[in-house]
Amino acid sequence: MKNDIQNKPINRVDGRAKVTGAAKYFAEIEVPGMTHCVMVTSTITRGSITSIDTKQAERAPGVLAVLTHLNMPAIPGWAADNSKPSSGGEKLRLLGSDKILFNGQPIALVIADTLERAQYAATLVKTIYKKEAHKTDLAKHKTEVHMPSRLGDYSRGDANAHSTAPVTLKADYVIPIEVHNPMELHGVLALWDGEDKVTVWTKTQGVKDTQETITAAFKLEEKNVQVHSEFVGGGFGMGLRTWPQDIVVIAAAKKLKRPVKLVMTRQQMFTMVGYRPYTLQHISMGATADGKLSGMYHEAIGETASYEDFTEATVRMTRFMYACPNVTTKYRIVPLDRGVPIWMRGPGEATGAFALESAIDEMAYKVNMDPVEFRILNFAETDPERNKPFSSNHLKEAYQLGAEKIGWFKRNRQPRSMKEGDWLVGYGMSTGVFGAYRGGSTCRAQLNGDGSLVLQSATADIGPGTGTAMVQIAHEVTGLPIEKIRFELGDSSLPPSGSQGGSATVSTVGSAVYDVCTALKEMMAAKGLSFENGAVKGNIKDVLAADGKPYLEVTKESKGGAEQQKYSMYSFSIHFTEVHVHPGTGVVRVKRVVTVADSGRIVSPKTAASQMIGGVTGGIGMALTEEAIIDHRYGRFVNNNLADYHVPVSADVPHIETIFIDKPDPIINPMGSKGMGEIALIGFSAAVANAVYHATGKRIRELPITPDKILAV
Amino acid sequence: MNQFTYTRVSTKDTAIAALAKDKTAMFLAGGTNLIDLMKSGVTSPERLVDINALPLATIEETKTGLRIGALAKNSVVAEDKLILKHFPLLSQALSAGASPQLRNMATVGGNMMQRTRCHYFYDLALPCNKRQPGRGCGALGGFNRMHAIFGTSELCIAVHPSDMCVALTALDATVLIAGPKGERTIPFGEFHRLPGTTPEKDNTLQRGELIMAVDIPFNKLADHAHYLKVRDRASYAFALVSVGAALDISGGNIREARLAMGGVAHKPWRLTEAEAVLKGQPATEDTFRKAAEAAMKGARSFGGNDFKLTLAPNTIVEALKTASGRV
Ligand SMILES: Cc1cc2nc3c(=O)[nH]c(=O)nc-3n(C[C@H](O)[C@H](O)[C@H](O)COP(=O)(O)OP(=O)(O)OC[C@H]3O[C@@H](n4cnc5c(N)ncnc54)[C@H](O)[C@@H]3O)c2cc1C
Repeated sequence: MKNDIQNKPINRVDGRAKVTGAAKYFAEIEVPGMTHCVMVTSTITRGSITSIDTKQAERAPGVLAVLTHLNMPAIPGWAADNSKPSSGGEKLRLLGSDKILFNGQPIALVIADTLERAQYAATLVKTIYKKEAHKTDLAKHKTEVHMPSRLGDYSRGDANAHSTAPVTLKADYVIPIEVHNPMELHGVLALWDGEDKVTVWTKTQGVKDTQETITAAFKLEEKNVQVHSEFVGGGFGMGLRTWPQDIVVIAAAKKLKRPVKLVMTRQQMFTMVGYRPYTLQHISMGATADGKLSGMYHEAIGETASYEDFTEATVRMTRFMYACPNVTTKYRIVPLDRGVPIWMRGPGEATGAFALESAIDEMAYKVNMDPVEFRILNFAETDPERNKPFSSNHLKEAYQLGAEKIGWFKRNRQPRSMKEGDWLVGYGMSTGVFGAYRGGSTCRAQLNGDGSLVLQSATADIGPGTGTAMVQIAHEVTGLPIEKIRFELGDSSLPPSGSQGGSATVSTVGSAVYDVCTALKEMMAAKGLSFENGAVKGNIKDVLAADGKPYLEVTKESKGGAEQQKYSMYSFSIHFTEVHVHPGTGVVRVKRVVTVADSGRIVSPKTAASQMIGGVTGGIGMALTEEAIIDHRYGRFVNNNLADYHVPVSADVPHIETIFIDKPDPIINPMGSKGMGEIALIGFSAAVANAVYHATGKRIRELPITPDKILAV
Repeated sequence: MNQFTYTRVSTKDTAIAALAKDKTAMFLAGGTNLIDLMKSGVTSPERLVDINALPLATIEETKTGLRIGALAKNSVVAEDKLILKHFPLLSQALSAGASPQLRNMATVGGNMMQRTRCHYFYDLALPCNKRQPGRGCGALGGFNRMHAIFGTSELCIAVHPSDMCVALTALDATVLIAGPKGERTIPFGEFHRLPGTTPEKDNTLQRGELIMAVDIPFNKLADHAHYLKVRDRASYAFALVSVGAALDISGGNIREARLAMGGVAHKPWRLTEAEAVLKGQPATEDTFRKAAEAAMKGARSFGGNDFKLTLAPNTIVEALKTASGRV
């Protein structure tokens, strides 16, 4: 790629389809004979079903079936797997037994000819339970930890250095449960063709992964399982697996010999498709009087389900972010009577960065240094965890650019020193980091006689604009105009790609696009064709006629090489923000944001900026508004709707200035592009908390920073 | 949601007759609250009587004030020129409520009749005396961050969620009601009630009665009015605490004051004692602080809402500061 030239910002290739409604999401798909499924869910948190009376529901108009653990067909692949969860609990087999493992667990599927009839009949199912004592409160059960098999303890140097240093700091941090809450609800539509062939439309971040799960669950042949997810209305991680309710609905469709559609309710989005786990963290940090970090200890305890371990890299950042000789990290999980968590944008790193970057800010003040200068002083030139060079790292430049843009060095560093009217003014900043990955992906290119190019790969677009970025890469390699290139995704019959997660799509699938376009050029050269001035040079129609083909086709598998092992590869973000805090009402407003991303070469400047804006918006939610609350006496959520679970609205989000370093990473892939989906959010909550400290002189270590917390301290 | 029949009526009398005929029938206005309650199974009318065709959507000037029809949409009232001129407090309060889409549907009558947002009320699996008398109050020992600090009872600590009603209480409005026995009026402040031993009753409207209109008498408070709503996000959230303040100030002295709070009680909470403290005093922060102190007499919190004991008086002071022009 022409690495010296910055890419042009272009509009989303699917933008028009999305705003005109031409883009169809799974819930909008209709097939002949379609039926509707509504789930009845448990109202207790732990125990078993004594009796479940479905007679009235079965007799209700339009009802085709009510399936419970008493009459649900066995899922062949589930029966085959009798491994035990390492949490010591038992595996979740929805509708497979009378056991209740969490509140809101599906206990019956009501299937009717219309959605309204299914909804009504669902209210007629009567259940009697045998309750058992439950645990849903991590804070209360934090000592009942369990060591996950992944992410073991880490230590380098002197494990006590953090507390024996001249300047020390100890602090505890709390992150509440956060729920992804994409606008689009989750669900599935299953259409069987006989006993061994099924087509599924669903919301997933990986059609191949969903295909694999369904193939295994029903013991089918892969080619007989077709998964569609062409458009996804936001995922943020909740679509990174195929959930058990999807499988039982597919099983119901098989049993009924009718297509069945399930669209979950917003309430069900809180209990069945994962969440960011409630996490407790402790940091102990030591530094010399002149501001060199001498020791860090970072411990995190997260929640998981009784039936499955969920782990995330909460404490990873502390190991490599700063040049500190002595670092110890510990990560534990507590099995609770809850649905299992799943990665949520900037998964564990966002949780960990809140603690680490808050503590770093606090330490900077302790040693009387500017937080930016403190970070630069402790900058790690090479990765101290793996002892490898970074493939690229432009943090120092990023600190400088962001600081200049927001006027960082013009502020009065003294806490509670700045005011605008009655409002206290504060500036805060933080660093975010996430691994830069490149996985394996296969892409097919078809060059048509009219000079248009179709690219295909079974990846997803959960919103970042995957198609747009891929078209832009193909445009760069071939020189064909954007309008002549189409990228197809979200269909399991296309050449395989991994799920869209871990900020790896541009790197992974983009490399396949790059490689297949390069291969196409080679193939063309052999046939006397080439791309010139945005068009095919040579007589492609004759070539196609001679070959007897409708198009020239190349398929290319692409993955990283051995050189990747020699480097530590990360994307970085620096967030700067100005907040206003009202001392009387405790209201916090984010007034300005400057976010700098070091994520290699920017392939698609416009969608990349949107990505940063979206991530910062999620970060504002994490910092100020988002929290899913459980009444632990009952184990039930008490704000499971979009009126009471507060995602930021437009009025909460100021203009967000995005700056890209836009320098290619020489190692990671042919484009030199690192990921950016996660770094957009990671660290932002700490920048806000640090700004609140600067504004008020008070450290708030529990998110979200709502007015009551400002007034309490 | 249960199955129900739907009837559309176009006169007051057919509306009232429809409810008299059918014990489970309910009026449907904008539907923004009722439909949600039906979806969650809290309310299950077997008949919906759609009153949107009644000629009750106008805003008219009368000899003594403005009359707002019960079916006037929240967004229309908020932007109405007469309302903006005479009662900016009402416009501000309405604009602080819900979202533009909701305000375009919500009506004045429906807004008055909207039910609490207490989660225990909405979740059939959890106890609530308001939904099911005798079942217990989930909020008392549970999640009560949003809940009342005034006028609570052992049976219920829910709040009335309306912003509009806070302004109407402060503005001394009157409600015009029609029922099987004819028409009657009731002061706005007596429309909603405290939970006491019957928390299932939100207000004093009798079954089968129809809200026709709200009358607001003219006043001299338009120049110094401010509605301040403190909430968890900048828009589209219910009030933690809100304050409607309107002052008649002359030569730096307060001639008359009106003050009401939202998010603190089972009804919009008029602060008459605080108004008395303000009356005749200089419009200074010191006066405002004294009024806020008077307003907080008898406040009581339940754990999650302890912060309201600090937030409420502070919000009163801020609202008064802005209303008086001393920002
Ligand atoms: C997500 C969300 C957020 C919201 N946020 C806010 C907020 O911040 N502030 C706020 O103040 N409100 C808020 N609301 C509530 C909103 O203001 C009310 O839902 C709305 O005002 C109700 O009006 P409606 O016309 O839709 O009533 P409906 O839902 O049609 O009716 C509500 C009740 O009033 C009865 N009724 C209606 N008209 C009459 C009449 N003329 N006579 C007798 N009875 C009648 C109905 O029978 C029903 O019982 C919010 C609502 C939602 C859904």
